Amino acid sequence: MEEINNNDSGAIAQIEKPQLSYSQLVWMRFKRHKMAVVGMVLLILMILYSTLGASFTTESYSNVTDTSIRLSPPYLAHPFGTDTVGRDILARTIYGGQISLLIGLIAMAVEVIMGVLIGAIAGYYGGILDSLLMRFTEAMFNVPQLPLLLVLGKLLADKIDPFPLLGREFSGSVIVIIAVIGLTSWMGLARIVRANFLSLKEREFVTAANCIGTRNGSIIFGHILPNTMAPIIVSGTLGVANAIISEAYVSFLGVGVMPPTATWGNMLNGAYQYIESAPWLWIFPGTLIVLTVLSINFIGDGLRDALDPHALIKAE
Amino acid sequence: MFRYVVRRLLQAIPLLLIISIVIFALLQGSGDPLATLGGRRTVRPEERERLARILGLDKPIYIQYVYWLVGNDWVKIDVDNDGIPETAGTRKGILRGDFGTSLVTRGEPAIDIILERLPNTLILMIPAEIFILMTALAIGIYSAMRQYSWIDQAVTAGSFIGYSMPIFFIALASMYLFAVNFRKWGLPYLPTVGMFDPKVGKTFSQVVIHLVLPIFSMSVVSISGWSRYVRSQMLEVTSQDYIRTAYAKGLSERKVLVRHALKNAAIPMVTLLGIEIPFLLGGAVVTETIFGWPGMGRLFFDHLTRSDTPVVMGILMLISFAVVICQLITDIVYGWLDPRIRYD
Amino acid sequence: MDPVLEVKNLKVQFNTLEGIVHAVNGVNFTVEEGKTLGIVGESGCGKSVTVLSLMRLIPEPPGRIVDGEVIFKGENLFKINKSSIQNIRGAEIAMVFQDPMTSLNPVLTIGYQISEALMVHKRISKQEAIRRTWKLLEMVGIPLVKESFHDYPHQFSGGMRQRVMIAMALSCDPSILIADEPTTALDVTIQAQIVELTKKIQSQLGMSIIWITHDLGIVAEIADKVIVMYAGYIVEEADVFTIYENPVHPYTLALLKSLPRVDSKRYERLAIIHGSPPDCLHLPQGCPFVLRCGFAVKRCSEENPQLKNIESEHKAACWIDVRTGKTR
Repeated sequence: MEEINNNDSGAIAQIEKPQLSYSQLVWMRFKRHKMAVVGMVLLILMILYSTLGASFTTESYSNVTDTSIRLSPPYLAHPFGTDTVGRDILARTIYGGQISLLIGLIAMAVEVIMGVLIGAIAGYYGGILDSLLMRFTEAMFNVPQLPLLLVLGKLLADKIDPFPLLGREFSGSVIVIIAVIGLTSWMGLARIVRANFLSLKEREFVTAANCIGTRNGSIIFGHILPNTMAPIIVSGTLGVANAIISEAYVSFLGVGVMPPTATWGNMLNGAYQYIESAPWLWIFPGTLIVLTVLSINFIGDGLRDALDPHALIKAE
Repeated sequence: MFRYVVRRLLQAIPLLLIISIVIFALLQGSGDPLATLGGRRTVRPEERERLARILGLDKPIYIQYVYWLVGNDWVKIDVDNDGIPETAGTRKGILRGDFGTSLVTRGEPAIDIILERLPNTLILMIPAEIFILMTALAIGIYSAMRQYSWIDQAVTAGSFIGYSMPIFFIALASMYLFAVNFRKWGLPYLPTVGMFDPKVGKTFSQVVIHLVLPIFSMSVVSISGWSRYVRSQMLEVTSQDYIRTAYAKGLSERKVLVRHALKNAAIPMVTLLGIEIPFLLGGAVVTETIFGWPGMGRLFFDHLTRSDTPVVMGILMLISFAVVICQLITDIVYGWLDPRIRYD
Repeated sequence: MDPVLEVKNLKVQFNTLEGIVHAVNGVNFTVEEGKTLGIVGESGCGKSVTVLSLMRLIPEPPGRIVDGEVIFKGENLFKINKSSIQNIRGAEIAMVFQDPMTSLNPVLTIGYQISEALMVHKRISKQEAIRRTWKLLEMVGIPLVKESFHDYPHQFSGGMRQRVMIAMALSCDPSILIADEPTTALDVTIQAQIVELTKKIQSQLGMSIIWITHDLGIVAEIADKVIVMYAGYIVEEADVFTIYENPVHPYTLALLKSLPRVDSKRYERLAIIHGSPPDCLHLPQGCPFVLRCGFAVKRCSEENPQLKNIESEHKAACWIDVRTGKTR
């Protein structure tokens, strides 16, 4: 049977466009989301505010009380005003920002690690281990998060001593909050990871890896996990936002991070009693929270689309 | 089907037990209810100890749990500390419906305290949830059907912002605007505290007007979240092949939406709703605190900070029980909506 | 006799983030009453977009009908209003889609889905619609019609579901039945049954059929006239016998040659078509097939050949006469 194509110019393949790497593709798609890019810029601004801003004042200054100037509206010496015991709100928002952001990041890390571990083990090994882990996950789902946060927050509030880190003294309640938020937010991610593992482990590349004797740990972390990074990244990003809000709620109610350490949340504690007389008490920290969480939500949404684009058209 | 329901209920029992044990253990470790029990009068140490013995607070944790669970009317307590138990216990335990007495109000049955606040929470949460769902459905469906229109883009941007705001920020901002500043500017303003004006009494219109700001604060966040979810569900459903088939049969947009799309989109939404409803009972702690609404959320928080174990346990168990029941109902509704799921 | 459907110069584009996709580029064809038109081509060549645009089922962003007319029973379907086209869809022109599992609504019974078109288009009672649905289920060979009425799609096998789709399409006795690769998702024995069923129904009801496929075996069985599409263009058009006995376009030739044959020698390799499928985002300047064509000359990469009559009732879009190697 003769070759259909005996013309050389036909046999020369079309010049292929250089293929973009996966991360380049993701970045290109991310950039298309204007809101996500705005979010990134905004978040960077927030981070700069909290980190660089610290070079203009010191932490001890943010804790200095001076009841003679308590509840003063914004003026030059105190651009954001002062709070109920005369502390400078601007400095407190700077240092408070550090804590809020830190809590958000580390709580997210706890949550992601737990969610991925539990989901991966349950999904990969299946059987009784899976049932047990899923029962546990369901039980945790059944418990409402805020009440649990409150209970645990109150329980562990005074139990841990202050500790120094990165040149600052953190009250022990920071660790408590991080642990509590992290330990109550992992369930959704665990479910997703488990579902992905269940389907991915049936794929041929896993069978192939098994055939050549790859150990289970390598398969889980080296083969299957990289294929399910998209929901983990998105969940982690949004997890930071949720953690920041959760911390704000708990601190607002007074069982989160304890003064004098400032966080954006505990600065709002009691502010509703002064709503008429001192709105600057809550406007500044509140706005900062909103801007930060907003920017993270934008980024998370952009990542979600960039990492997992829907098929745009079906050209049939 | 009946066997499935029974099986689920049976499975729930160990779950509830474990939850109760865990929470009980956590609560016991945190704080001393006797510290505030005396009120303004200082309490003599002997009285304190006597109280502790009556309430069973001197016993080890697991015994306390057992008493909480099944009561202590089948044992005797040694009240006068002479080594001989002589007074009969009076508690029947939660399994027999006795939630114990509040450690804070000294003797008032916990269940009464809870039930007194329960209607207030329902008055707040049920209209709020209905409002949230109706609005979110409308916005989400409209957004999905008119994708990329300027309304859709505005709604998407708006819901992002709304979703990123902590409730207390919206509460404070709305209080500031609608109550404080409206009053300053001479406009009719909305009340910010409590369920009704004590001078006027608990009338229907009083309650309604006091509901406005709290419901508004809660709604912004929830509507933002829900409408985005509804929108994405609708978009996913309407991109399915069977929707194309429905159009190919000559159905109008409205008919396709109502007869073909909604039922499919509702399925995952029902699951979410089922998870959210029982948490309504927890009330919204933050909202109730800010607006001084006398509901279960504030009750929970107040009694938690005073280590009132019976009341706190009572509320949490109530919520957990509601969660279990709601999940069961959700699964049944799910099976009814989606014929591919059949329980045996 | 006038053709029941006439498509003139249909052009459809899609606006995507990467650019404009030229899906259909000036397609002309007619469908005669009671006859079957087969549309053949590889995936992505514009076959489905063509028939979807007939019924204005292309989502209008990102799609756009740039040009063309579709004359059905004297009316231009692109010019009528929305409710008129809704009246035609499902009633006068009906469609059967490729994947019956995803094309049927999983939460509605098949009986409801079949009777729905009847209820919408004909003014009959619900009882009457149910009766007619039973008749349709019987016609397409689904057993136990009264019980099956209340069953759901997931309870049926692939072949059965496709029969349900066909019943749905036939419910209002349409003039044209469009079948978009209805057997591609089914296995071969079921394919044969569906083709048989369709032929039987056509002879009973006398409707016209447009059958889309990439399978030349099916085309041979069912089509009267065949058009071959590539990259949104029609490259050859003839009656079914001519296409098989006397193909003139290099693409048609290549397609036929790549069919495995019962009578080929065992050690012979299967023929392939070199190159990759066309990129409808960036169509080349000349003939779209030029990079894969074994007969291409310089003119082919400069000028796009138009579809012209080679013989009576036989059109092709090519500069070369493949029998002689000389330019036309």
